[in-house]
Amino acid sequence: MNGTVAQRPDFAAIAGWVRMGSSVLDLGCGDGSLLRYLQDSRRVTGYGMEIDDDSILACVKNGVNVIQGDLERGLSGFEDRSFDYVVLSQTLQAMKNSERVMKEMLRVGREGIVTFPNFGYWKNRLQIAAGHMPVSDNLPYQWFDTPNVHLCTIADFERFCRERSIRIVERKVLTRGRTVGWWPNLLGALAVYHFGNGG
Amino acid sequence: MDASVTANSVGIATPQVAKFSAPITLKSGAVIDDYELVYETYGTLNRDRSNAVLVCHALNASHHVAGFYADDPKDVGWWDNMIGPGKPVDTSRFFVIGVNNLGGCHGSTGPKSINPRTGKPWGAAFPVVTVEDWVATQARLADQLGIRQFAAVMGGSLGAMQSLAWTISYPERLRHALVIACAPNLSAQNIAFNEVARQAIITDPDFHGGDYYAHGTTPKRGLRVARMVGHITYLSDDEMASKFGRQLKYGKLSYSFDTEFEIESYLRHQGNKFSEYFDANTYLRITKVLDYFDPAFEHGGNLARALAPATAGFLVVSFTTDWRFSPERSREIVKALLDNRCNVTYAEIDAPHGHDAFLLDDARYHRLVKAYFDRIGTEAAA
Repeated sequence: MNGTVAQRPDFAAIAGWVRMGSSVLDLGCGDGSLLRYLQDSRRVTGYGMEIDDDSILACVKNGVNVIQGDLERGLSGFEDRSFDYVVLSQTLQAMKNSERVMKEMLRVGREGIVTFPNFGYWKNRLQIAAGHMPVSDNLPYQWFDTPNVHLCTIADFERFCRERSIRIVERKVLTRGRTVGWWPNLLGALAVYHFGNGG
Repeated sequence: MDASVTANSVGIATPQVAKFSAPITLKSGAVIDDYELVYETYGTLNRDRSNAVLVCHALNASHHVAGFYADDPKDVGWWDNMIGPGKPVDTSRFFVIGVNNLGGCHGSTGPKSINPRTGKPWGAAFPVVTVEDWVATQARLADQLGIRQFAAVMGGSLGAMQSLAWTISYPERLRHALVIACAPNLSAQNIAFNEVARQAIITDPDFHGGDYYAHGTTPKRGLRVARMVGHITYLSDDEMASKFGRQLKYGKLSYSFDTEFEIESYLRHQGNKFSEYFDANTYLRITKVLDYFDPAFEHGGNLARALAPATAGFLVVSFTTDWRFSPERSREIVKALLDNRCNVTYAEIDAPHGHDAFLLDDARYHRLVKAYFDRIGTEAAA
């Protein structure tokens, strides 16, 4: 995913969780700005994975290691537990097989970090109540051109983790860059989770 | 002259000769007492000698990487689209070296050179060399030129095997390796094609066991077939289909064994051209260089362990339609580098041209190499 730190409040949340000098694999890393940020702020050893040619070029310009490949085909090029963290930033909802990618993240990484737009956010609910698919900053697509095939709410994601013994280490819910405390599934636009094996 | 040749060209290239009088023991155990390497350079070596880039050639190429010759302006370097002022490897910033490898036939000591011990051409007596031997002689050339550390060593195909070997043999002597259209070793199928090529040469009656120079002959028929076989492996099925299809040269079948299909005509032309200038003994040895390359072999087949000494940053590039050294083979290299936590970027270029794509002017590929060299340049300046 692309963007500067100012545009991407989840970057700061992720950097807050990542240990100094650790290793990070960023799946669907876009132009590599998250990795660049983590390299500069947390001195991580990082690799991105991307399918898109222009993103590969952008990563090279950004001074970030990147491996071209298709996430949907799994992470067979990576050994078990070869990274401290595997990050999937605003991509989970666009995966054909979201369940498998979560499993792969916890095979290759000791811990996983995932961010996704919360479909339960009140503005989304309101648009549906008005009879339309939601379109917003976090869901900037129309129904006919959206890459998002597996949207979920915060409640859905937490149930998903519970049922698969995925342990949620930390959670941060954001709306326009600000942390949401109360009723996250209603008031939160973006969810950021840090998770590990064993529930 | 054609404007497309002179635009952003390094201009007139001048081959130079480096003489080495310290004997070198090759991987096979054979010793060569003294030898020469022909090389060309483009751009200017900076004051702290940190901007040198070594370009390693593949099977049939030479030290003539970029530019053209004053007496033959049509003889343009084999990677001229990659190297020059403003090109991906920018010679206004980098000092680029092309070298003809030991055992070659473009001026460096090889089978057709005079063996000082006998006063006759080496011929069959010229030893079988390896990628590691080449890298060792390239390092000696770097010593002569006063280059302690290359900004980058780069190559495609067999040239990429040399960059990979550099990172293992002399990790401290390069900062970056560009490994393009490479494989960590040859597959049985790759070796099979090489063996067909060798048999074509060796069974040519003009070969005379490799000492054809003394007989005043050259095994052109064998070389021709060898080149034809090789050429098939450089192109993709799709590329051949779109370029030639089933097109007939004279529009109708002749019910004979003359050239009928366009593809036959093309292969024969390539074979003929090649057999006019290339030395059969060199060709035999280079196919062996390829067959023998297998850095993982001495580490129980573990490529990650073989690459453990590597400290360079890597750009690994493969091409989707390359079936000679397919993207899967490059991914093996990438995985071994990841296992060693090396800095690596891997790109899979969706190009229709098969193995030959590494030599062609593909915009995505060239943009990527350019961006990577820009990064190298910034680091060097830092």
